[in-house]
Amino acid sequence: MTKNCHNDYKMKFSVDDEFPDLTKHNNHMAKALTKEIYAKLRSKSTPSGFTVDDVIQTGVDNPGHPFIMTVGCVAGDEESYEVFKDLLDPVISDRHGGYKPTDKHKTDLNFENLKGGDDLDPNYVLSSRVRTGRSIKGFTLPPHNSRGERRAIQNLSIEALSSLEGEFKGKYYPLDGMTDAEQEQLIADHFLFDKPVSPLLTCAGMARDWPDARGIWHNDNKTFLVWVNEEDHLRVISMQKGGNMKEVFRRFCVGLQKIEEIFKKHNHGFMWNEHLGYILTCPSNLGTGLRGGVHVKLPKLSTHPKFEEILTRLRLQKRGTGGVDTASVGGVFDISNADRLGSSEVEQVQLVVDGVKLMVEMEKKLEKGESIDGMIPAQK
Amino acid sequence: MYSFTRLISKRNTAVLLAGLGAGTAGFLLSENSSLAAEAKKKLYPPSSDYPDLRKHNNCMASALTPAIYAKLRDKVTPNNWTLDQCIQTGVDNPGHPFIKTVGCVAGDEESYEVFAELFDPVIKDRHNGYDPRVMKHPTDLDASKITHGMFDENYVLSSRVRTGRSIRGLSLPPACSRAERREVERVAVTALAGLKGDLAGRYYSLGDMTDKEQQQLIDDHFLFDKPVSPLLTCAFMARDWPDARGIWHNNDKTFLIWVNEEDHTRVISMEKGGNMKRVFERFCNGLKQVEHLIQERGWEFMWNERLGYILTCPSNLGTGLRAGVHVRLPKLSKDPRFSKILDNLRLQKRGTGGVDTAATGDTFDISNLDRLGKSEVELVQLVVDGVNYLIECEKRLEKGQDIKIPSPIVQFRK
Repeated sequence: MTKNCHNDYKMKFSVDDEFPDLTKHNNHMAKALTKEIYAKLRSKSTPSGFTVDDVIQTGVDNPGHPFIMTVGCVAGDEESYEVFKDLLDPVISDRHGGYKPTDKHKTDLNFENLKGGDDLDPNYVLSSRVRTGRSIKGFTLPPHNSRGERRAIQNLSIEALSSLEGEFKGKYYPLDGMTDAEQEQLIADHFLFDKPVSPLLTCAGMARDWPDARGIWHNDNKTFLVWVNEEDHLRVISMQKGGNMKEVFRRFCVGLQKIEEIFKKHNHGFMWNEHLGYILTCPSNLGTGLRGGVHVKLPKLSTHPKFEEILTRLRLQKRGTGGVDTASVGGVFDISNADRLGSSEVEQVQLVVDGVKLMVEMEKKLEKGESIDGMIPAQK
Repeated sequence: MYSFTRLISKRNTAVLLAGLGAGTAGFLLSENSSLAAEAKKKLYPPSSDYPDLRKHNNCMASALTPAIYAKLRDKVTPNNWTLDQCIQTGVDNPGHPFIKTVGCVAGDEESYEVFAELFDPVIKDRHNGYDPRVMKHPTDLDASKITHGMFDENYVLSSRVRTGRSIRGLSLPPACSRAERREVERVAVTALAGLKGDLAGRYYSLGDMTDKEQQQLIDDHFLFDKPVSPLLTCAFMARDWPDARGIWHNNDKTFLIWVNEEDHTRVISMEKGGNMKRVFERFCNGLKQVEHLIQERGWEFMWNERLGYILTCPSNLGTGLRAGVHVRLPKLSKDPRFSKILDNLRLQKRGTGGVDTAATGDTFDISNLDRLGKSEVELVQLVVDGVNYLIECEKRLEKGQDIKIPSPIVQFRK
């Protein structure tokens, strides 16, 4: 798909005439994109034809919110992060706590390195979940890929996932082929994803040709789930009720490594490099692409004046139980790691495990009417 | 389904590619990077990219065979616009069993030529058999030819004529870059600033207007907003909103231009009451003056004798004209023959909110169905005669008299 690809044609217009009006914008792209950078990048394109205008379209179309800083740009392929580094490096640095172009990212999917995580109190921790994304080398990404590429990704994914056994044995449900009964079940299981409605995604071209080559795979136990061709080539999710994050993470790591082996055998390993870790569509998901979290009951702690500060110090974020951009219901929060790039999977899940354990203890103290001032943690 | 066990070594890359539906070896596939655009075309033959249109009901889906897709997929217009870009909106919006949408757009004037093998059958389907390969479209903006163009204002509440115009040499809204869109705005606004007398007016840029101006435009029912219909957003027409979009209207509030919405310009002449002739006179006069003003600066409208005025959506080719009234028809609208009468008169009804709205009470928006193959004068006369007929029917029903379904109007001048 070569959406904005009449690049040579556009070069006859001046930089001033083409530069977007970002005066009312509040997103990472708008902060980083100067006329000088735009002038430098606008004549370039990646080998597959993705241009800087393609990268920034979603950020131009979605000015953002005064309180919430969105990213405002996407990659169309692996090379985007190289060809457009003059824009994407400052965006990455801004989004990922000052991460420098020379920094190296550590990958650690050895679940045995996680300490604890099997003893979170199930009276408070209702469910545990770890998700990440993976991109398949040799294909362009969802903002840019053609129907042919997307179908090839689906075919490869189905073959890889179908060869899994044991606890990972499962089945694929293509979005446009499932029966009504299958669809009902997937909805009841909270597995079904739908056509994106968020303009952040649709303006980036990710919903094109829906639902062609999109689908959901899950294991028979319903604890390991893969989304194919939504916002990334693959989104991999391990989850279960209760607080055994250690088990969730074990299954996550083992499953991911099994899948990766199969893709590698067919010369289509995952996109990864030692600077940016796993390459995904949105710069916010670089590094581990990992969000590990729990649904946890914190009715008292969440109304404590220091709640936000505690979360910040623990390097955690809160969301409502509907996921991103939703509100909490009944004092139950989705608590997960805030970082993605610059620390490893094990480190990020460790922060969640340790942080949630501490917050549950705080909640118990507050229930007894005791103070938690002595428990406020130092900045991690 | 091919077997993965055969795809283990690089030697078998050709087999992998064959399994993906590609041709045989001899081109670059590096597992370490994305394919160059050229290599990609070879690795993915048209059949691998052909959209799944089995659940679709739109003109594009009816016309786009795998053979046509294969022939056109790798072509580009001089602006590098592709077939996939033309059809994206139709792939993303399967349509409705009862309403057949068009399902494709032009990115520039040349789209209608380069992709003629798709657009010609789409045009024929949408415009009742008009064949762009052999027929010519008549243009006639001489409003003096209209007869009986004053309606009974006990029935007709308002009259309106709209069309669109594209500036030759600049890409259309699905394809245009920000610079091109700003150029369209400059060309249009400069020309409009030259209008005088009852056409003198001013421009309100969507991004720069004050709250007060915005409220006034809303109260006047002039303001257009960012498109929400997926038919338009999937065709890339809302990009960079509200950059270079705006509304111009004359001081009398009877002549209005939308800049860079679904077309480069949409031109609207309207008034309360039933004086359709005057509305059309102002329409033609204003259009001619604007055309003259842009020509002075070396620009012109996109037009050719095959397709008339070139607009983004094939449904608006020809005249791009919709002439209509808001008319009260309490008795006739309940008569079972109402739809048939409208059909035979080549008229359509809409709610008073415009396309895809329902009527409120007994007031309907009645306008011409056709756009291409008949001239502006012919279409407006058809609306005038048709609405007069509907009012006659209403009056007869009021008196308890019977009404007749008129004979169907002939389609094209042969």
